Amino acid sequence: MNSKWRTIVFFIAAAGFSCLYFLGVKNLPPWGHYRGPYGDLISAVGVYERHATDAVNAIDYDYRGFDTLGEEFILFTSVLGVMLLLREMKRPPKTSPPDKGLSDAVKASAGAGFAALVIFGIYMTTHGQLTPGGGFQGGVIVASASMLVYIAENFPVYKQITSHPLVEILESLGAGFYVIIGLIPLVLAEPFLTNWMPLGKTGNVFSSGTIAAISASVGLEVAAGFLLLGYTYLEEIISDTGEESRE
Amino acid sequence: MNSFLEIYPYLIAGWIFLCGLYGIATSKHLVHTVVCLAVMQTSTYVLLLNVGYRIHGAAPVFVGIKPGAVTVDPVVQALMLTDVVVEATVVALMLAMAVKAHDRAGTLSPDDLRMMRG
Repeated sequence: MNSKWRTIVFFIAAAGFSCLYFLGVKNLPPWGHYRGPYGDLISAVGVYERHATDAVNAIDYDYRGFDTLGEEFILFTSVLGVMLLLREMKRPPKTSPPDKGLSDAVKASAGAGFAALVIFGIYMTTHGQLTPGGGFQGGVIVASASMLVYIAENFPVYKQITSHPLVEILESLGAGFYVIIGLIPLVLAEPFLTNWMPLGKTGNVFSSGTIAAISASVGLEVAAGFLLLGYTYLEEIISDTGEESRE
Repeated sequence: MNSFLEIYPYLIAGWIFLCGLYGIATSKHLVHTVVCLAVMQTSTYVLLLNVGYRIHGAAPVFVGIKPGAVTVDPVVQALMLTDVVVEATVVALMLAMAVKAHDRAGTLSPDDLRMMRG
């Protein structure tokens, strides 16, 4: 099928989709007048039941924690897939002279930025039950801090920080803790992922029981997963071209 | 006309979806295909957030507002939140596949990737 016919077939399909989609949304509640009882119910009882002031994270890590478990394993499997696909390729060791990195001024400011980003990421992860944030966002922030190391220093230093075995272990631990936290209630004859930890005082960092714990384990998993992704891709790029092009 | 404006945000989501689908159908480059898939996925965010939106609703964070106050729907926001990070890793996985396809076939154009090899 050449591209002209492909475009024609696309537009026929798009016309059909548009009709069905229009019929589908035509009778939705008007925009801005959400009716569903489920979200309102959680808004009303979430703070009392779970001592978590952020309803979004209460849903993510508690009420619908089982779904998030699935999401987390999609993430885990994707990272695994990237590493499997880009693994092998026995590359010749780099022969280019060692890269000294950028100037001291850049290194110093990158170091300060690195510390600030890591602390901010940890803050986001641990305060997810109180304000917008949580493990997914905090983990990404922590992982992005490592990019500053790569920019200011050279690749070997970056490689040391994202050293493979430890990050891989951390990633598996992050995924494992989630399941373990969920399995413990089974011993206590409660359903899977019951909030079994002490709920604490609403508004404290150590409140909301398993929500905070699961958020932390997700943060660990996401941070380690993104570190692995960054490392795998950078290694692929750098060894393919023989040396880094940093200009 | 009022009723049209009431479903207009939903139609935008459908439009973004079709834009991404058009890009995939006519793509000449695998990286372009992956980006178009990401655009398609973005349409689900627009749809979800619009479904749960409520005029004058507060954010569902009960700091400074009473529990049970009128808020936008937290359920769809929770769905979206996990999706954003997962999308990023799935895009990374597909880009890795594109790298492998390029290694094998020496091209990234879907039209030239016809051969099947064991």
